[in-house]
Amino acid sequence: MTLNQVFFGYFAFVIVLTSLLVVTRKNPVHSVLWMLIMFFHVAALYLFLNAEFIAAIQIIVYAGAILVLYVFVIFLLNLKQEIGDEQRVGEWPVGLAIALSIGLLMLIPMAGIKVGMMGKWGVKAIEDETHTVALGKVLYTDYLLPFELASLILLVAIVGAVVLSKKKKKVEGQ
Amino acid sequence: MVPLSWYLVLSAIVFVLGMLGFLMRRNIIIMFLSVELMLNGVNISLVAFSHYMQDLRGQVLVFMIIAVAAAEAAIGLAIIVALFRNKPTVHVDEMSELRG
Repeated sequence: MTLNQVFFGYFAFVIVLTSLLVVTRKNPVHSVLWMLIMFFHVAALYLFLNAEFIAAIQIIVYAGAILVLYVFVIFLLNLKQEIGDEQRVGEWPVGLAIALSIGLLMLIPMAGIKVGMMGKWGVKAIEDETHTVALGKVLYTDYLLPFELASLILLVAIVGAVVLSKKKKKVEGQ
Repeated sequence: MVPLSWYLVLSAIVFVLGMLGFLMRRNIIIMFLSVELMLNGVNISLVAFSHYMQDLRGQVLVFMIIAVAAAEAAIGLAIIVALFRNKPTVHVDEMSELRG
């Protein structure tokens, strides 16, 4: 057991534990806060995998933007009395069976996975360029069109969110 | 050195937990949180593959997934607010107005 494996074990354990807590807590605020801890540990795993930029945007975008949005909406809706209600849908055993069988289907072929052709961005190459520069080079050359399309998706999301949550004006005569 | 399969098993577990939350919970906000959990599970495996194949394409894909997740959260939460305005409930099994 090397030090790397011990650290991986710690982060994996916390990620699994907090994911479990996210889906089992009754109070949505608690779920969101456990999710925050999970995001930080996932970011630490990304640092392990030499992906500093991805780890940074994991914290900035997920923890800083998305979770704050969730907390705002939960506070806006004021769900105090819903906490005491039944938390599962009536058909929950079906969902359990589907999720577990898909999990089994993912675990079975895992033993046979072999990585394919090595690319040119090894640890050494990324170290020479720094990770952000290396990722930027790939993103702005080979993947320029998907990158621009991502901005379009975000624009649609901004406009859509404003349109959807705007209060509708009362039509005369209704 | 941590083997690749450890990351893949971790990502599968997180994905399945997210799917469990999505299929079993009644609260629509927790269901959306579970979708984020599933996206995170996929991201872990993509970054792991990217590292072990020495290729940055996986991380480009993660970048796109995070952008889509942000868009999905914004739109999804706007839909929740709009739904709540029409009918004050967050339970998905009580939202059946579109049934004929």
